[in-house]
Amino acid sequence: MNHTIVKNNQCIPVSSIPVLDYERFLEHNISFLREEHYHCVNFYGIQHKEKIKLICCIANDNDATINVSSSIVESKQTLPSFSQHHFSFHIFEREIHENFEINYTDHPWLKPLRFSFNRPNNNNTIANYPFLKIDSEELHEVGVGPIHAGIIEPGHFRFICNGEQILHLEIQLGFQHRGIETLFLEKKKLLQRTALAESIAGDTVTGHTTAFVNLWESLCNYKTEPDLQFARTIALELERIAIHTGDLSAMCTDVAYQLGSSVYGRLRTPVINYFQVWCGNRLAKGLIRPGKNNFSFNKILGDSLIKIFDEYEPDFNEISSMTFTLPTVLARFEKTGVLTPEHAASIGAVGMIARTSGINRDIRTSHPHDFYSTLHHQAIIKRHGDVYSRAQIRKEEILQSIKYIRELTKTIPEENKNRKPLNPPMPDSFAISLVEGWRGEICHCAITDEQGELMHYKVKDPSLHNWLGLALAVRNNEISDFPICNKSFDLSYCGHDL
Amino acid sequence: MFNNLKILYHQGKQYIPDITKATVPGVFRGRPIISSEKINENELIELCPTGAISSNPIRIDLGKCTFCGECAFTFPEKIQFTSDYKIAANERGQLVIKEGEDKLMVLNPDLIRNEISKYFSGSLKLRQVCAGGDGSNELELNACGNVNFDMGRFGIEFVASPRHADGIVITGPITENMAEPLQICYDAIPEPKLIILAGTDAISSGIFEGSAALNRNFLSKYKIDLFVPGNPIHPLTFVNGVLDLIKKR
Ligand code: SF4
Repeated sequence: MNHTIVKNNQCIPVSSIPVLDYERFLEHNISFLREEHYHCVNFYGIQHKEKIKLICCIANDNDATINVSSSIVESKQTLPSFSQHHFSFHIFEREIHENFEINYTDHPWLKPLRFSFNRPNNNNTIANYPFLKIDSEELHEVGVGPIHAGIIEPGHFRFICNGEQILHLEIQLGFQHRGIETLFLEKKKLLQRTALAESIAGDTVTGHTTAFVNLWESLCNYKTEPDLQFARTIALELERIAIHTGDLSAMCTDVAYQLGSSVYGRLRTPVINYFQVWCGNRLAKGLIRPGKNNFSFNKILGDSLIKIFDEYEPDFNEISSMTFTLPTVLARFEKTGVLTPEHAASIGAVGMIARTSGINRDIRTSHPHDFYSTLHHQAIIKRHGDVYSRAQIRKEEILQSIKYIRELTKTIPEENKNRKPLNPPMPDSFAISLVEGWRGEICHCAITDEQGELMHYKVKDPSLHNWLGLALAVRNNEISDFPICNKSFDLSYCGHDL
Repeated sequence: MFNNLKILYHQGKQYIPDITKATVPGVFRGRPIISSEKINENELIELCPTGAISSNPIRIDLGKCTFCGECAFTFPEKIQFTSDYKIAANERGQLVIKEGEDKLMVLNPDLIRNEISKYFSGSLKLRQVCAGGDGSNELELNACGNVNFDMGRFGIEFVASPRHADGIVITGPITENMAEPLQICYDAIPEPKLIILAGTDAISSGIFEGSAALNRNFLSKYKIDLFVPGNPIHPLTFVNGVLDLIKKR
């Protein structure tokens, strides 16, 4: 066997993951990606005594399985890259290169990724990132950031422009690096780890926390009760509605459509205030906990949520019918920042960004968790890959999520008042958890040691894949369209930097 | 035109008329009250994820608290979070709430420099710097200026350039990789200037405490004018805290 097969949220003995020699490991994993229904959900290295163990997880989107294999290599070794065969591996190999000084003979873009505090090569600092340089009399460079004009997270954008036209954009990240993966091991209390999961990306609290608790429960061999799964599903869809609405507001702001900006902005308020009514926090911090729920969902909460949607929907539809037909808005949205289906496929785009470039990729359909198998989710797909598609998918996903919540709240599972406590995690185990957050596919992986203590924790935010999509989409656009392109992608800096 | 007016009309009145008296919906976790009930203190101190609880007498440090609520769930008779969102302070020690205390938190006027109310009471322009913040405080700071909280009506605004700013609002635990940009930005703000720390991560590094990826040296160099606790901060906590700081005295 070249790989072992796991399901989403399944825990297996580490020893059941086949260890291949590197050549076979490479050949085997890239052979999957010749077919479209396979994509790489995680590929990373861990310290294995003096050596490095590489673990590759390839999802089969047709039958809800994940193929896991591994290989042991020397640190500082020079290897042929996966990226040469399928470009979507490029970002994972950059991370492996940064963390373990593994070199690749044929990687097209082997640059530092996030300047993590424990990188072996301290000569690389965030201040001396090797940007692509251009030697030309006609072209000029524009540098933006790390601190941006608005209240947003830091990152540096370096443009090479011909007049007003962007020829190339390079995005340098890492400013937000807080050492999250290491903290998962250092902080031993479960509540600390849950709080960490809540802080991976503050706009995706329910997404990352659900990934963590699902993973933790599978490590502990805990049978998650329906009421817990139900609350997580509602929370995920609510987060999608809230953030999408806020994004539509921000996109209107960026094209100077004041009415849309204000109306979408105020429509977000009742949704996040609902989180506060439910769990005491507008961004749902405190709501999702492993093996329990301090704020169980009940009929009263369900009714008040439906009432909010009854008021939300008419106002939302009214402003949307205006926004999506207004010539000044359309002129800025249509054919702006196009990510072609070919580019989206090659970078391994996930989530909304994949779906607006015609790729049917959605964990809710392909690897359903929590209540998604009962919802029979049909992903919304757009084909143009432009700002307009990214606005449209938000509008349609909001309405779809409202429909799902209306359906779900018709039968609310009874709260289990006699919950069994969590067992400690199983020793020598590997578990993987995939969640479709509002932005896209979140993947957490964990490995335990012989005592059942966490030995390795890996977090992947969808932004890791999608940042390059933004860089490609803005090529040949006016530099003045960069803000609206950036907002329409709305990628996470801290989710990438960890 | 007609449709625009119709949309406007359908929004009704969205702004909060009196921002100092607004109530928050639901089970908000604001200023805690600690009773004198006898409980297993070690268990209470142990359960807190950020070491915000200490003993003799039992105290909660809002600068460290992530407002997870776990202490109040486990010991409801001992700890109760009220919906009082006015929890900003201008002295680090004020953020420590002691057993038996139940009083409104106000800023210490002796620590407020004269020029603050002189220059900034009618207009305060702020530059925000996110230094490892997870984006949640940033969302809430943006919300401070939206149609509901509308902090612009008091002349408080976020601006793009530090050169236009009267002060800096820092979010996040301050990562090593942001230490230098933060310093450069602060240096570019003309005197006199304020420093506001927004959120538990900025005040104490919160759940990131002890991470080797942080560099918090900046904070030991300057006097902090306002601490705004929260995870994330509530817009009402921020707006009221800032109004209290800059009001005419
Ligand atoms: S609410 Fe604050 S004090 Fe209580 S356990 Fe959580 S972090 Fe600690």
